[in-house]
Amino acid sequence: MNSESALGARFGSGLEPERVAVCWSDPGDRAESRNGMVSQTIDKPAALVRQQSATRLWRRLREIGLGYLLLAPALLILLVFDIFPLFYGLYISMCDWRLSCVKFVGADNYVRALNDPAMWHALGITATYSFLTVPLQLGLALLVAYLLFQNIRGKSAFRVAFFLPYVTSTVASAAVWAYLYSPDKGLFNNILKTLGLPPLKWLGEPGGVFQLVANNFGVNLPNWADGPSLALIAVLLYGSWVFLGYDVAIFLAGLGNIPRELYDAAKVDGASGWALFRHITFPLLSPTTFFLLILTVIGTFQAFNHIYVMTLGGPGDATKTASIFIFEQLFQFNRYGYSAALSFILFFVILLLTIAQNRAAKNRVVYE
Amino acid sequence: MNRAETKTRAGESVATSVFPSRRRPRSWVRVLIYAFLLAGALAAVTPFVYMIMTSLKTYGSVINNNIWPWFPFGDEPLQFNNYAEAIDRIGFDKAWGVPLFVRYLANSIIMSSVIVGGVLITSILAAYVLARMQVPGKNLVFLFILATIMIPPDLTLVPKVVMMFNLKWYNTYLALSVPFLTSVFAIFLLRQFFMQIPKDLYDAARMDGAGHLRFLFFIVVPLSKPAIFTVALLNFIWAWDSFKWPLLVTRDNNMRVLAVGLQQFLAGEGGTNVQFLMAFATLVVLPIVILYFFTQKYFTEGVITTGLKG
Repeated sequence: MNSESALGARFGSGLEPERVAVCWSDPGDRAESRNGMVSQTIDKPAALVRQQSATRLWRRLREIGLGYLLLAPALLILLVFDIFPLFYGLYISMCDWRLSCVKFVGADNYVRALNDPAMWHALGITATYSFLTVPLQLGLALLVAYLLFQNIRGKSAFRVAFFLPYVTSTVASAAVWAYLYSPDKGLFNNILKTLGLPPLKWLGEPGGVFQLVANNFGVNLPNWADGPSLALIAVLLYGSWVFLGYDVAIFLAGLGNIPRELYDAAKVDGASGWALFRHITFPLLSPTTFFLLILTVIGTFQAFNHIYVMTLGGPGDATKTASIFIFEQLFQFNRYGYSAALSFILFFVILLLTIAQNRAAKNRVVYE
Repeated sequence: MNRAETKTRAGESVATSVFPSRRRPRSWVRVLIYAFLLAGALAAVTPFVYMIMTSLKTYGSVINNNIWPWFPFGDEPLQFNNYAEAIDRIGFDKAWGVPLFVRYLANSIIMSSVIVGGVLITSILAAYVLARMQVPGKNLVFLFILATIMIPPDLTLVPKVVMMFNLKWYNTYLALSVPFLTSVFAIFLLRQFFMQIPKDLYDAARMDGAGHLRFLFFIVVPLSKPAIFTVALLNFIWAWDSFKWPLLVTRDNNMRVLAVGLQQFLAGEGGTNVQFLMAFATLVVLPIVILYFFTQKYFTEGVITTGLKG
């Protein structure tokens, strides 16, 4: 249509050159240029106006159609593989599912889950994992970011190094760490040996860390004071190693956003060192910290890949987090309904935690 | 959350140039800072060094815990042959007539490239509509797309696996890639980028007779190369790293991707012959590390602007 009208304008039936020029400079759509030319020579009759608004309507419809056509692929994927599975999963969780819903059991799977000590144990492990990871990982990341933010050389080299674990394949680096933790030939025990300390079983050690320390003094702690298992600590150290670089990158960005004048003003008032950090850096960084806190809690509550690679949830069930437990129910025991119900329970727990953090942060996070 | 993201994004460029104390810290403080950072960087890199070192040792040196069996502390040559041996021990794929490792690699490349291609196409198209076109209900659609972030992939794992069985996609490339052919983060990131392209450009393009599609592919896309590259890179890394889903929806050894193959090798042969396991791990890590060193600027910026993967 466009080229046709352009052609018509150039070679068309006996038009004077000036008219052609008018046609070319018409800022409107080319498709209308013929009408546009006519309308310059004669007064617009009502029929023509109607025709023009009809074309405009037609173009509008075409744009809307094109718009939704372009949105369709993305929307389709999201609908089929995100929205639909949400409801389908809810349905499966209320079924005794064997290839299909052999029996609708309502809330049975949920009731069973809430009465399953294994689930509570898994949630406990998950919570321990998360609550130990958060301060370790965020604390270290903040410290590293703060130091990297000082006026020092080699910043970018350090950043590349710290970021490396985050970009490499999880399964590969977890396999390497499993080897580093190996009792007889691993790097960690080599270091302990060099320091003259007794070797540890690391990933194979279900015993609590406090009890392990107490053993050296021949003390037997009560069960509740055993502490988290060494295996869990070992897994957690790997997790923090992976995500440290990511957290540092985000913290660095947050630090760069704090206005310099605030420091200058505080220095004029005689503040320095720790006081600057305590009263300026830390509060003004709180939105970043809060963002990372939420991400880390959500991430650790779903931690799976590295734990599965390193321990498969063992020894015993010392590292059987909720994600591992849910996966096991699905992958090993083919309990689709139960696994789906557990997924919803875990999601609900994460949701509650996120809401709680939002509430708690309301008065503590400072937005300048 | 949004707030934190926008804040950090603005901060990134500032971080390197402006700084609280322009003066250098006192010398002994500086020594402490360097010592701490060096120790940290060492801890970040050591496992990789140890991995490569172990992949070049003999079985005897691994068992005897000989950390440096080479010159000048020992007389062992570097065991490059471990790599060939590892690939040999991983197995053979009769279907394609190639070593299983090659098949794993091909599967990982196919899965990751299809996902990246799909994500680029679907998200560029959607982002353009959301950023530039006048379509009623557009904002509602955008809200809907953003809301789907709230659904964690793990929550819908079971139904998605069941769907793969129902669709007869189980154990095929379709199962590995189709569910991930779009990305909300990609749509979000590209939409932000497209909105910064001046509207005058569009008016000019229209004057020259270009419609939306031509404007998108000949002007918007070329102008957005950095953003598009970042999206492609991050999605490639995530796809390459995916483990749980490929483990769940593939059964045959020759449909495994590298990550799953490596985990299976660790659970079997690689548990005893650590030097082969480390050789395998090195082969999995190497392409990504090389990619990272060449593109690390896009990497860090992309991760910061999107603020994802908890």
